[in-house]
Amino acid sequence: MAEQAATTATTRTGTTSVGIDIADLKPGLGDSVHDSQRIFRSLLEIMARPGKVIDLEHDLDVPAPLDVASAAALLTLCDQDTPLWLDWIADTPPLRAYFAFHCGVPLVERSQDAAFALVSDPSNMPRFALFAQGLDQYPDRSATLVIQTESLNEGLQVMLSGPGIPEKVSLRAAGLPEWFWNDWRLNAAQFPLGVDLFLTAGRSIVGLPRTVVVET
Amino acid sequence: MQKSENQIPAAPETDEGYNFAYLDEQTKRMIRRCILKAVAVPGYQVPFGGREMPLPYGWGTGGMQVTASIIGLDDTLKVIDQGADDTTNAVNIRRFFARTAAVDTTEVTDEASIVQTRHRVPEDPMTEDQILVYQVPQPEPLRSLEPREIECRKMHAYKEYGLMQVSLYEDIARFGEIATSYSYPVMVNDRYLMSPTPIPKFDNPKMDGFPALQLFGAGREKRIYAIPPYTKVKSLDFDDHPFQIQQWEQNCALCGAEETFLDEVILDDRGGKMYVCSDSHFCARRREEGHSGSLPDSAAAAYAAAVGAQEQAVRGEREQ
Repeated sequence: MAEQAATTATTRTGTTSVGIDIADLKPGLGDSVHDSQRIFRSLLEIMARPGKVIDLEHDLDVPAPLDVASAAALLTLCDQDTPLWLDWIADTPPLRAYFAFHCGVPLVERSQDAAFALVSDPSNMPRFALFAQGLDQYPDRSATLVIQTESLNEGLQVMLSGPGIPEKVSLRAAGLPEWFWNDWRLNAAQFPLGVDLFLTAGRSIVGLPRTVVVET
Repeated sequence: MQKSENQIPAAPETDEGYNFAYLDEQTKRMIRRCILKAVAVPGYQVPFGGREMPLPYGWGTGGMQVTASIIGLDDTLKVIDQGADDTTNAVNIRRFFARTAAVDTTEVTDEASIVQTRHRVPEDPMTEDQILVYQVPQPEPLRSLEPREIECRKMHAYKEYGLMQVSLYEDIARFGEIATSYSYPVMVNDRYLMSPTPIPKFDNPKMDGFPALQLFGAGREKRIYAIPPYTKVKSLDFDDHPFQIQQWEQNCALCGAEETFLDEVILDDRGGKMYVCSDSHFCARRREEGHSGSLPDSAAAAYAAAVGAQEQAVRGEREQ
């Protein structure tokens, strides 16, 4: 079964015709059914309550440069139906093999084609407008970005408001590019279109749906 | 969630032949992605690849697929049908998840981490730790006015909801008031017109600023939508005809509650009737706490004859 999955995945991504070297692969979720359910509930919680930081409890041995939280989110949500885009640091043969093997996910070169995107180096990431924004009649067809930050409690403080937040909540994400929150305003202003974000740091993860209004 | 003796443990023999919570993992992943997008765009109906469930459309297949995609071993499930825990639909869905997902079930709103509902919001307040899943027969609030899906989709895309206002206005012109009493359309976060499912309009105000996450699943129509916690939900109305909820002259005949949604119960063929809380758990809890209603003796006798001697015994004990 595993071999079969590996072969299908490599054929689809077109990386190699000889299959994936399983010896160097890091393991995926230990209990794929219940682990992914628990991780999903955390993702649902942080998407429904923007600004709430959750520390995932799962022990995952992940390949560099992945965070535990970003790996957990992608392993939980990605499969053959969700084109994945990796940024320049993450786009390595071991990481391609990791996602191809565990998720069977097709990897794409253009950020515009991705349903999910992994950003491990936010300072050099593409602007939000370079990801799928959804269509006016189908705003759900937009990209979800998983962005690895340096920290979720030591950066510049911003105040969040919007659905899911009773009044206001603060977020202190570190290591984001200067244009980040300004671009986020543009993203929120084109509601119902726009991208949704997960920001991660180690085990911590926070959700930013496009409805969130940010004050810096 | 705290556990108590009210909680019914999962069935001892859970079915081995199915994946956890019935749906296969890929289906759950697809539904989970749709739920996340639904939360990100409150009130927008996300199309999803609805699966065949082992019961007919109209019995909660959409709600069940949403529940199956979010439920885990730690959850406690409550299912209500028109407010009642003890109707066929509610009992069967509870038993389905006890068997396929080995979860505990309960009738107590406080103890549930997931409440799946058909056509009511529980009377007891819900908390941030809970999720309310609605079964949805027709997710499109504009469908009765515009049968073409492609046109409805454009109307949502361009926030073109004049047709619905005209429809409500026609009610006022004809009847002097807005006659819609259930499925009363709401605006979510000032953007999307949404059907609250056929809950009575009595429940509409509860949706506004609700602390729990609300998810909606339509199985036949294959749509999922959501209202995040603390989101503005406004029932449509006019400045000179503000939104109003139903009111009753009677109180609940069993527990005496004054501000609950009441069902009319016909007692005999001579015009005897009474009004009782539609939320069966809420009503039972109040009766246990010692509240009682104004059930007249004749009606009590008829009710006892219909429901059985059990109720009579409970009343007898209380009087002693």
